[in-house]
Amino acid sequence: MSMLNDIFIAPFTEFEFMRRALAGALALALGAGPIGVFLMLRRMSLVGDAMAHAILPGAAVGFLLSGLNLFAMTAGGLIAGFVVAVLTGLVARTTELKEDAALATFYLLSLAVGVTIISLKGTNIDLLHVLFGNVLALDDQTLLLIAANATITLIVLALIYRPLVIECVDPGFMRTVSSAGGPAHLAFLVLVVVNLVSGFHALGTLLAVGIMMLPAAIGRFWARDTTLMILIATASGAVASYAGLLVSFHFGVASGPAIILIAGVLYLSSLLFGRVGGLVRQAFPGRHLEA
Amino acid sequence: MLTRRQALAATALAALFVAPGARAQDRLNVIASFSILGDFVKNVGGDRVEVATLVGPNGNAHVYAPSPGDAKKVADAKLVFVNGLGFEGWLERLVKASGTKAPVVVATKGIKPLERAGEHDHDHDHDHGRADPHAWQSVANAKIYVANIRDALIAADPAGKDAYSANAAAYLAKLDALERDVREVIAKIPADRRRVITSHSAFGYFQDAYGVNFTAPQGVSTEAEASAKDVAAIIAQIRKQKVAAVFLENVTDPRLVEQVARETGAKVGGTLYSDALTDDKGDATTYVDLMRHNLRQLASALVS
Repeated sequence: MSMLNDIFIAPFTEFEFMRRALAGALALALGAGPIGVFLMLRRMSLVGDAMAHAILPGAAVGFLLSGLNLFAMTAGGLIAGFVVAVLTGLVARTTELKEDAALATFYLLSLAVGVTIISLKGTNIDLLHVLFGNVLALDDQTLLLIAANATITLIVLALIYRPLVIECVDPGFMRTVSSAGGPAHLAFLVLVVVNLVSGFHALGTLLAVGIMMLPAAIGRFWARDTTLMILIATASGAVASYAGLLVSFHFGVASGPAIILIAGVLYLSSLLFGRVGGLVRQAFPGRHLEA
Repeated sequence: MLTRRQALAATALAALFVAPGARAQDRLNVIASFSILGDFVKNVGGDRVEVATLVGPNGNAHVYAPSPGDAKKVADAKLVFVNGLGFEGWLERLVKASGTKAPVVVATKGIKPLERAGEHDHDHDHDHGRADPHAWQSVANAKIYVANIRDALIAADPAGKDAYSANAAAYLAKLDALERDVREVIAKIPADRRRVITSHSAFGYFQDAYGVNFTAPQGVSTEAEASAKDVAAIIAQIRKQKVAAVFLENVTDPRLVEQVARETGAKVGGTLYSDALTDDKGDATTYVDLMRHNLRQLASALVS
C-alpha cells in the first residue's frame, strides 16, 4: 500500500510544484479536449499546428517588449492569433482561395514577421526556453490564466454547441436552417487561439497542439457520438497529464514531452484496439449482431 | 542571359569580396567571442586595439547562432580570442567558414580546468570534453586570461609591447584588489550559510576558489530541460541542507527558480551574472562590475 502511495500519490502531496503542474495540465486538458474533437471533425486537425506557429511570433514580440511578462506574452499571442484567424476567415469567404491556403499564407507571414522583429531587436536570449513554457513552473497568475481560459472555452462551447455540431455533420443543411454557422465558426477559431495561448504557458507552443489533437484522435477510436467522443478525449488528456507528470517525476525526463508521449501511447493502443475502426477490430470484426 | 544558378553564384562571390578592404584604420582589429572576454581584451589593448565581440551583452554563448556579419568580422580580424574549454562550440566552424588567417588565441591556456558541476568524484582521468568552461568566475583565472591576452597582443603587434605591458599591469592590479574584496566579503558570511542555488551551474570556479557552494537544477549547458525529478531533488536538497538563497540569472528561464523558492521558503536573491555582461543600462558592464555585483548579491542574501 505504501509503495503504491509513494509511486502515485506522494509526489503530489509532497511537492507543491507537482500539484500546480497537475492542476494546470488538467485545466488545459479540459478546454483542449473538446476543441480538438471539433477541429478533427471539421477536418481542421492541422489548423491547430498552423495557429500555434501564428501565435509564437506574437508571444515572442511580447517577450521582447516587456520580458517574461505573462500579460504581454498572452496579449501578443492572442493578437497575432486573432489577426491570422480573422484574416483567414475573410479571405476564405470573399475570394477564390480556400481556408487552408489562406491560413497557410497568413501563418507563414506571421512567423516571418515575428522572426524578423526578433532578429532586428538583436538580442540572443534563449527564446526557445521562454516559448516552451514549463509546466513545472506555473505561478498563481499562470494557473489562473489557464483555468480562466478553460472556463471560457467550456461556456462558449456550450453556447455554440448546436450550430457547431450541425455544421460539422451537414454544413449544407446548416446553411438552410440558420445563419449562425459563420459566427459560430469564428467564435470557435477564437477558442482555438485562446486554448493554444494557454497551452503555450504550460507546455510550450508546439506541445500545446499535442494535448489538443492526440486526445481527440483517441476519442475518435472509441465513440461515434460527439458528446461521448468529447468526454473520452478530455478524460484521456487528463490521464496523459497525470501519468506524464509521474513519468517525469520518477524517470527524470522532461515533463511536457512526457505528457505528450503518454498521450501518444494511448493513441497507439486506441489505434490498435479501439472499438470504432481500430485495426484489430477491423481484422477480426466478430459476428454481426444485426438481424 | 543569366541563369538563376549563375545569379546566385555571382551574389555569393560578391558577398565574399566585399568583406576586406573596407577599413582604413591603423588600430589592430581583433575579435573576442563573448562580452567578458571582450572586456579583458579592451583593458589590455587600450586604444591600440579595436575589439568586436560576437556574442554581445546579455547573449548566451552556449546556444549562439553566428550570422554572416560575424563571419565578416572574423575575416577582417588580425586576432581571434576565444575562451576555449568547449565554451564556443560553434566558433571553430565560423573561423573556417570565414577563411580568416588570423591566429585563434585560447584565453584559458594554462588554467587548470574543473570538471563540470555535478560530475565531481567520479573519474579523474581527465576527459577534456567535460571541462567546465566558465573559468573567469575565479579572479585568479581572470589574471591568467589577461596574461595570455597580453602575450598574444604583443606577438601580433610588437610595436605596442610597452603599452600592452603597462595596461595589463594596471588591470592586473585592479583584479588583485577585486580578489581581496571577494575574499573579505565571503569571510564575513557564516560558513554554514554559504550554500546557494542558481538556475545555471556556471559558478564551479567561484565555488572552488572562494568556498561558496553552488547547486543548479540544470546541467552545465542551458540546453537540457529540467524534469520533475530534477526539481524535486533540488527542493528536497534545499530542505535537507537548509540552503539559504536561490538566485536567478540573465540567461535562463527564471520561472523555475521562482517556483523552487516559493516552495522552500529560501530567499530569492537578485540576478547573478555568469556568462555575459549586461548592456550599458545594466549594472555589470565590465568584468570587475560583474564580479562586484555578484558579490553584493551573495552578501545581501546570505548575511542576515
